[in-house]
Amino acid sequence: MTSQVIIQAIISGILMGLIYALIAAGLSLIFGLMEIVNFAHGDHLMLSMFSTFWFWMLFGIDPIFSIPLTIILMAFLGVFTHYFIIRKILNSTMLIQICATFGLAVTIRALAQFFFTPDFRTIKNPIIQGKFEVYGVFIGYPQLFASFVCLFAFILLYLFVTKTETGTALQATSQDRQAAEILGIPSNKMFALGWAIGLSCVAVAGSMLSNYYYVFPDVGVNFSLFAFVAVALGGFGSINGSLIAGVIIGIVESVGGLLIDPSYKLLYVFAVYLLVVILRPQGIFGRY
Amino acid sequence: MSNLLKVENLSRSFGGIHANSDITFDVNEGEILGVIGPNGAGKSTLFDLITGFTKSDKGQVILRDKNITNIRPDLICRLGVGRTFQKLKPFADQTLLENVIVGALVKEKNLKVARDKALEIIDFVDLIEKRHHYAKELSTGQRKRLELARALATDPKLLLMDEVTGGVDQRTIPGLVELVLKLKKNGITVVTIEHNMKIIMDISDRILALNQGKRIAFDTPKNISQNTQVIDAYLGTVDAA
Repeated sequence: MTSQVIIQAIISGILMGLIYALIAAGLSLIFGLMEIVNFAHGDHLMLSMFSTFWFWMLFGIDPIFSIPLTIILMAFLGVFTHYFIIRKILNSTMLIQICATFGLAVTIRALAQFFFTPDFRTIKNPIIQGKFEVYGVFIGYPQLFASFVCLFAFILLYLFVTKTETGTALQATSQDRQAAEILGIPSNKMFALGWAIGLSCVAVAGSMLSNYYYVFPDVGVNFSLFAFVAVALGGFGSINGSLIAGVIIGIVESVGGLLIDPSYKLLYVFAVYLLVVILRPQGIFGRY
Repeated sequence: MSNLLKVENLSRSFGGIHANSDITFDVNEGEILGVIGPNGAGKSTLFDLITGFTKSDKGQVILRDKNITNIRPDLICRLGVGRTFQKLKPFADQTLLENVIVGALVKEKNLKVARDKALEIIDFVDLIEKRHHYAKELSTGQRKRLELARALATDPKLLLMDEVTGGVDQRTIPGLVELVLKLKKNGITVVTIEHNMKIIMDISDRILALNQGKRIAFDTPKNISQNTQVIDAYLGTVDAA
């Protein structure tokens, strides 16, 4: 095995890891804000991919141009999810909260299978396609573009949360809801905003993935699994942690698959996760 | 002196327990009103009812002729009511300065202006040298000042303080008391829950005494100290037999 092959695996892992990171950031933001685990996160990713697919299929809009439309759709879905489902179970027991988001996941997937059928679909001839070679390492343009867009979205999210007035309010609400409320911050609006941002993250990732990945109702399952591991590895509620953890998972998956056996990719990721949980249960940057 | 706050027949039960029953009192502008009572008397519940964290079963809360009964805490804050908590609630992973900026952002939309205002207030509560320390690194007394600074940053006309001197060491208490008196000098009306009887008698203009969710007295400190119901509530009734 040459060093080129290993470098190839590492680069592929980083490119995929940045997508995992953005998906995980959305999940982490929602958890950090209201301590609710969104088990439907992968299915929201699937909806984003279908949204991108249908914009292309019905109106001929390429994925790179339909990103804002998908973000708007998913942000509205996030606000809707908060006001019509999450708000009603906010003060319930954890079991009820888990059942609610898990039930939402099952419902979304079943509806997708009913309306879209279980067929695998692809976007044909997108604007960004093909690959290039650098010193024997091949990099796909769609994968490279997708990871750049995800990284850019990640930076925007970070700047929004840390440098803006609304971001400051979001952080305050995530640390102590009551204290934030008595400082004039409307927690319910913050929660709705958190859901809108969380689902906007999967909208960006989903739009980019549909450029080169099959679109089908179960597509979110594996991605959500990696996102959950990334959130736990990075630390629940930590957006920075999601970035580091997403990239680690991408590299472990890719390099592990290359060096040992690709069919055990999940095993390597979970092995790293278990190691971190044993050594540092709150994750790399976590506070829970 | 005009009323800033009027509370009329405020009641709240949890199951069969009457946490607050027909509580009525008023707070004049610029005064310090002390709230006393044994544990479980309903003092913190009263604060929760006034600030909208708990919905009342009956009665009303009037802030300068505006009925604020059962409205959301964030709206009550925007109307000029600040509050600190008995169980401290700092944003532990943020610095002292960041904590106070959150409060300042209620009125100031510009982050830089909010930061300058926050620094001024941190100086007012004598914690300027700790401004870049994380809240979790501060002592209990310093966290009390942090909460006070954060509440002051919202420009309150009325400040509800839940046990300012509770849980702090004896050396810290005089500084905190001085701070409360400084608030009064600055024109802020204060309602404070306090267990330390000497302090409450010294700083309050009037005192509201609660016991088992009911108002048992509402008077000047001098009269309160001679009120038999208050004495009974704190020391227990002496059986004549």
